[in-house]
Amino acid sequence: MNTLDLERMAVRDVNQRLHDDAAGTNTDQQYEILNPMGRHAIAVGLNHPFDVTVRGHAGYYCGSMNKEATVTIEGNAGVGVAENIMSGTVHVTGYASQSAAATGHGGLVVIDGDASARCGISMKGVDIVVGGSVGHMSAFMAQSGNLVVCGDAGESFGDSIYEAQLFVRGSVESLGADCVEKEMRPEHVERVRGLLERAGIDADPAAFRRYGSARQLYNFKIGNIGYY
Amino acid sequence: MDERKVRESATFPPHVIAEIQRAASEGLYYIRGSGAKRAVPTFDDLVFLGASISRYPLEGYREKCDTNVTIGTRYAKKPIELKIPITIAGMSFGALGANAKQALGHGASAMGTSTTTGDGGMTEEEREASSLLVYQYLPSRYGMEPDQLRKADAIEVVAGQGAKPGGGGMLLGQKITDRVAQMRTLPKGIDQRSACRHPDWTGPDDLEIKIQELREITDWEKPIYVKVGATRTKFDTMLAVKAGADAIVIDGMQGGTAATQTCFIEDVGIPTLPAVRQAVEALKELDMHREVQLIVSGGIRTGGDVAKALALGADAVSIGMASLMALNCNAPIYEEDYHALGTRPGSCHHCHTGKCPVGITTQDPELEKRLDPELGAQRVRNYLATLTLECQTLARACGKSHVHNLEPEDMVALTMEAAAMARVPLAGTDWIPGWS
Ligand code: SF4
Repeated sequence: MNTLDLERMAVRDVNQRLHDDAAGTNTDQQYEILNPMGRHAIAVGLNHPFDVTVRGHAGYYCGSMNKEATVTIEGNAGVGVAENIMSGTVHVTGYASQSAAATGHGGLVVIDGDASARCGISMKGVDIVVGGSVGHMSAFMAQSGNLVVCGDAGESFGDSIYEAQLFVRGSVESLGADCVEKEMRPEHVERVRGLLERAGIDADPAAFRRYGSARQLYNFKIGNIGYY
Repeated sequence: MDERKVRESATFPPHVIAEIQRAASEGLYYIRGSGAKRAVPTFDDLVFLGASISRYPLEGYREKCDTNVTIGTRYAKKPIELKIPITIAGMSFGALGANAKQALGHGASAMGTSTTTGDGGMTEEEREASSLLVYQYLPSRYGMEPDQLRKADAIEVVAGQGAKPGGGGMLLGQKITDRVAQMRTLPKGIDQRSACRHPDWTGPDDLEIKIQELREITDWEKPIYVKVGATRTKFDTMLAVKAGADAIVIDGMQGGTAATQTCFIEDVGIPTLPAVRQAVEALKELDMHREVQLIVSGGIRTGGDVAKALALGADAVSIGMASLMALNCNAPIYEEDYHALGTRPGSCHHCHTGKCPVGITTQDPELEKRLDPELGAQRVRNYLATLTLECQTLARACGKSHVHNLEPEDMVALTMEAAAMARVPLAGTDWIPGWS
């Protein structure tokens, strides 16, 4: 285990070490980052299958643009955790602030607690599993991937959604423009089951409801004027 | 009929009547490409005071007049060295075809300057063609990949653009081929909206953290630009500097777009002329002029425009529409195809249709063939060379051995508006309206 202590090192040095090690020959792939104290941009831009544990609360953009690595935040995460993740896993054991997994292209993001507004905004292929609830405008303009919410979803859920798939176990305060409830077929139950398993969350996949795009706003039409 | 008695209305000229009637029949705003068509005060309203007795000029072809500029001297480990102060503005693959992107890349590289990606990410051809490539980081994040960030020579965080400050973009379904759809992770044929603001930050304090993130990902190597559409330019410049930008890109309202609502193009933003001055004032107030580089775009067409922007304090300019015109945009060829679009050479703004008659803003392989990338590169190179020569000529005439030595004192204005906006005296007077 490599220990990087942010009380003794700057964020810059921690990230540089992770980037250098990815390109180098360090055979120990385990890292722990101590004393994050809400600092921003911790463990960003990783592109190697490291296992990185941040022991404490992280600020903005922790684990952003991750490729291949597994980043665990033992605490809460600030705005834009796992932003634009490409692959690998980012796991928040506490709560996440706004725009969690924003624009994520791939990989898995797990938030054990609640996620705030705009969770999964513009998601482009990432899978997101939230153990708690998500705030308003979550999955806004969501293009691709899956968002599983074990709690409730706030207002305007899935507004202007494209092809992402949304699953909610609790209530949805309101659906956004062009987002509709869809039939939960067996393959969707299986999909949710797989995602919950990967996230390590114990919940009944059959209890979820599915939401997606009505595909009515895909092209500008006069009939849609009320939505614009 | 007595023609003298037939009078057009100034309030309702024919194009306004036509637009009212189009709106009445379609019930939606008009979306089009290109930039503002209305007349605004421009660099044309300024002239240089060539040297004579009070100052002496440099010999036109013999005495040195340097044009190089370094962008990213504030924080980046690897600043960009440009041989000329003229860059190619961000235009997406998708809005433009691959041949056009390649032509721009090779043409700019031949002159030692940079090109810029656009929405949808970086294509391999574009990276190969451009020796210096600026990677745009846009609200939509279509095609945004960290490997591409790492491959770029600089990163431009786009907070807005001159054609549509405050508005998002639109790539209409007719232009979405399989490749474009795949790059943007969206189905083919749908209208692709680009969001008007970033999904994970709002405001200058967040921008500072966003810039820190981008620097951390790229190990502080790349210059980070912040691009805004010209509106509250002084404040925006100051806030971008405070947020840690290496360079500021100010795009005036004449700046072009591949497609947006006409009301944005014509009715939002301020012209490039006052925007340059405001940005320079902001930089000077912060003691950051020349420390944070200023790149200006929006309606730059000639070496005179370049020289005037530099004289007002810009470090470089960026050209979009004019570089497309170098590739034959609006050229009087394939006229029947312009007519089929309901327009003619010189008035075309139909980039949004995907049916560009000269093969630039299209994904149609047949139309694309009309733009030979090699010939196109040569034309871009020639055009950039001409702009550079013109700019140097004007600088030498003002006695300057580097184009950056041009200064506002070298110019006067021909109109009161331009004098007030550029803060230079009205020609033949000491008067700067609003200032003296
Ligand atoms: S000629 Fe092509 S690039 Fe030029 S305005 Fe028309 S469609 Fe756009």
